[in-house]
Amino acid sequence: MSKPESESEPTPDEYGTAQSESEFESDPVEAFDDAIDMDLRSGADDCYKCSTCDTSCPVAEVDDEFPGPKFQGPEQWRLKRGDDHDIDPSITDCSNCMRCDNACPSSVPLSQMHNTARGEYVEGLAPSLWNAEDAIADGEYREALSYLGDIPAELSIEFVRNRVLSNYGTMAGLGSKFPRLTNFVMSNRITKEVNDRLLGITGERDFPEFADQTFREWWRERGGPKVESADKRVAYFHGDYSNYNTPEVAKAMVRVYERFGYEIRVPTQRCSGTPMFANGMLRDARRAAEVNVTNLGDFIDRGYDVIASCTSCSMALRQEYPELFDFEETEKVSVHTYEALEYLRIHEDLEGELRDVKDVEFPDLAYHAPCHARNQGISTQAVELLSEAEGFEIEDVGDSCSGISGTYGWKTEKYDKSMQIGEDMFEHMRDAEGDTGLTECPTCAMQMGHGTGYEIRHPLEVLEAALVN
Amino acid sequence: MGTTLQEGRVAISDDVLVIGGGLAGMTSALAAAEQGARVRLLSYKKSTLRNASGLIDLLGYTPNGDLVSDPFDAIATLPEGHPYERVGTEAIRAGFDLFDEAVGETYLGHHTDRNALVPTYGGTVKPTARYPVTTAAGLASDPRDTLLIGFEALSAFDAPLVADHLRAAGVPFDVRGVTVEFPKRFRADATAMRFARALDRDEPADEGPSNTRAALVESVKAHLDGAERVGFPALLGDDYPEEIRGTIETALGVDVFEVPMGPPSLPGLRLEDRLDGALDERGVRLTTGNPAVGFDADGGRVTTVYTDRNGRHVPFEAEQVVLASGGLVGKGVKSNREGVSEPIFDCHVPHPENRYEWFYDDAFDDHPFARFGVHVDRDLRPLDEGDEPEFENLRAAGSVLGGYDLAAEKSGSGVSISTGYAAGRAAGESA
Repeated sequence: MSKPESESEPTPDEYGTAQSESEFESDPVEAFDDAIDMDLRSGADDCYKCSTCDTSCPVAEVDDEFPGPKFQGPEQWRLKRGDDHDIDPSITDCSNCMRCDNACPSSVPLSQMHNTARGEYVEGLAPSLWNAEDAIADGEYREALSYLGDIPAELSIEFVRNRVLSNYGTMAGLGSKFPRLTNFVMSNRITKEVNDRLLGITGERDFPEFADQTFREWWRERGGPKVESADKRVAYFHGDYSNYNTPEVAKAMVRVYERFGYEIRVPTQRCSGTPMFANGMLRDARRAAEVNVTNLGDFIDRGYDVIASCTSCSMALRQEYPELFDFEETEKVSVHTYEALEYLRIHEDLEGELRDVKDVEFPDLAYHAPCHARNQGISTQAVELLSEAEGFEIEDVGDSCSGISGTYGWKTEKYDKSMQIGEDMFEHMRDAEGDTGLTECPTCAMQMGHGTGYEIRHPLEVLEAALVN
Repeated sequence: MGTTLQEGRVAISDDVLVIGGGLAGMTSALAAAEQGARVRLLSYKKSTLRNASGLIDLLGYTPNGDLVSDPFDAIATLPEGHPYERVGTEAIRAGFDLFDEAVGETYLGHHTDRNALVPTYGGTVKPTARYPVTTAAGLASDPRDTLLIGFEALSAFDAPLVADHLRAAGVPFDVRGVTVEFPKRFRADATAMRFARALDRDEPADEGPSNTRAALVESVKAHLDGAERVGFPALLGDDYPEEIRGTIETALGVDVFEVPMGPPSLPGLRLEDRLDGALDERGVRLTTGNPAVGFDADGGRVTTVYTDRNGRHVPFEAEQVVLASGGLVGKGVKSNREGVSEPIFDCHVPHPENRYEWFYDDAFDDHPFARFGVHVDRDLRPLDEGDEPEFENLRAAGSVLGGYDLAAEKSGSGVSISTGYAAGRAAGESA
């Protein structure tokens, strides 16, 4: 292992800051209509109404008013072919867990249909706002001004709340500048009450703390990668959460991958778009996705595969981007993106490495598979791997949804449902031998901790503790 | 392969790889694991057992359409190439033993070789080898007078109509059907799942002080009128079917049974749970979410199977492979105007070149397409055009097999279980 003496190759955008991303934001947002007008007829036609999706929907299980994925997808698509049908508001009750995708025996693109319908619905909520933003992006400030008068009347508290939650990364970027102050304010009872009553962000949960040093700050301070390799190269998509809140996960990724001789790069990136999809903020998602696709595409051209440590981030890059956007390199990024443990299992003999490791830091684990791991075929990998290793006892706590689904469980009106959905998982965790929770998804981790009080770890942290000195 | 992985990769490696998460695949995986092999089950989606009635048929009708009373008598007369002829009686019995062991006390029918006759929600009577214990009191061979209960909100089960049909079918008992209101009202398109959940949790009824179970009993009591058993559509609980049926039986003072329904099917879901548990107990590794799309072979052996994950191929290595990917409906056999094919290994699927010879004009004619599938040797290895095994270590099980018409014969479950067992055992032994 050697530290690169100099940045011999120019690394596009690697050390870019949030400010430099604004150049992308000023690009005109165009062809949004592609997303909502894309032909989903074959999806509707492939549905033979077996209702398997409805039986897999965690929201329908606790919410009698929610019509379920079959309605939200194929049935709604057919209904709105008629002129007099608007998108049903219940589309905003879907948590975008995407379990229906994994259930459908006929490969109907349910989550794609939900995402487009939700986007269309939200688009209709504040047309003047979107028009003004478009005009600003085009540099048409006079035109933008003409929309301003209508905006306040169109905005509901819920819309504002959802936009704030969707753009967590922007908030977190500000908050993490003064982590201690922000943590103090956000954990304050008064702040919680105000959030709850005025914004509809539940006061039942503790706001995630910001780290004193973000992952990107740490990475810069460290001087970037400590390993160079011509053939083992990965570009790390850390996402907002492990940058601002859990840099220990991102650091574990770095140490584990370097242990196996990988050269790591950390491209400039924005939110994967997961919370934006779930809230129908497709324009915001599109802007973020364009930055990510462009920057990750550059690295792929230079022989890097993209690695994400969050299963929702990898899901967004792999599945939602190609289903919703058509940037030049969308497909390329989709094909070259992996979840971190998945990639190592394909390319390294992880089982062999772990087999004889005995003294480990987290020996008894209760694992929850995030919903977004299911469609990627990786919902059993952590249990499979660690149950072969002598030093670990690991138990899967069942195939239910944790119930938080990113921003869903943060909404005041959804909190109780979120906890009801999670009840199965809480119960199984309490019954499990393990006293440390394990999952890849940061919001599942929040819910696991919130419902049981357990300490929750990421598989990469467990690997780091077992394999890296 | 379209997309290849970087060189020097280490694929995920097992002794036996089973492709397909249905009844055939699950049975294969159990049988291979029983031989001590390390087994992985690859399934694209959630198991489709939740679409199945939960009845396990073996052979209900001969290929000539005659009702079968003892399947083992009839099997001896099946034509060469039929899956049962291929595996032989011993494997069929061993497969059913494995099934019986996996499902335990939740299924009945193993005490006899003869078919049981179970009433269906269409008002027909289905010859079947094994049936969920929840349906046991409803057997059509049982002469007790019967009351069927339907619910206003569940249009899929029209009790008076089902009773009419059963009477027309000549059942040896008096049968009536009445429609009552379920104690809780749900959205108009609520599925059987929602009813089952209300009973599982015994949610409060919409009116009166009672909970769902007690209120349901009250609404049925008034119609009992001397009936000796009462049948409900299969929605008596997902998590606690025994407890719920027991409560209702005690309160009504008569036996209670379920009539299996279409999808989403509670008996199918319960069976899925049971088999999942058995797979877990035997350490079978499960990978779901992506379809198997291709393979590498070396010297006549399959070495690696690839799943497709958004355009990228993920490799799975194995010594032995079982193909249990389903038939025309399950997409394990595909057809277009040009021909019929097996999409993963491109195994030979015999069929007439002229596609107008694939079918006849009437819906219920004896269509050739219903028998399309791979043909196999007696070791269940798919055969190429020259009747030689396509691969030394590839076996096929379930409805990907040709040579039988599972819908007409009522043999789908039995073929899945017996060929799944035989293929899985052979794979496990050779691995």
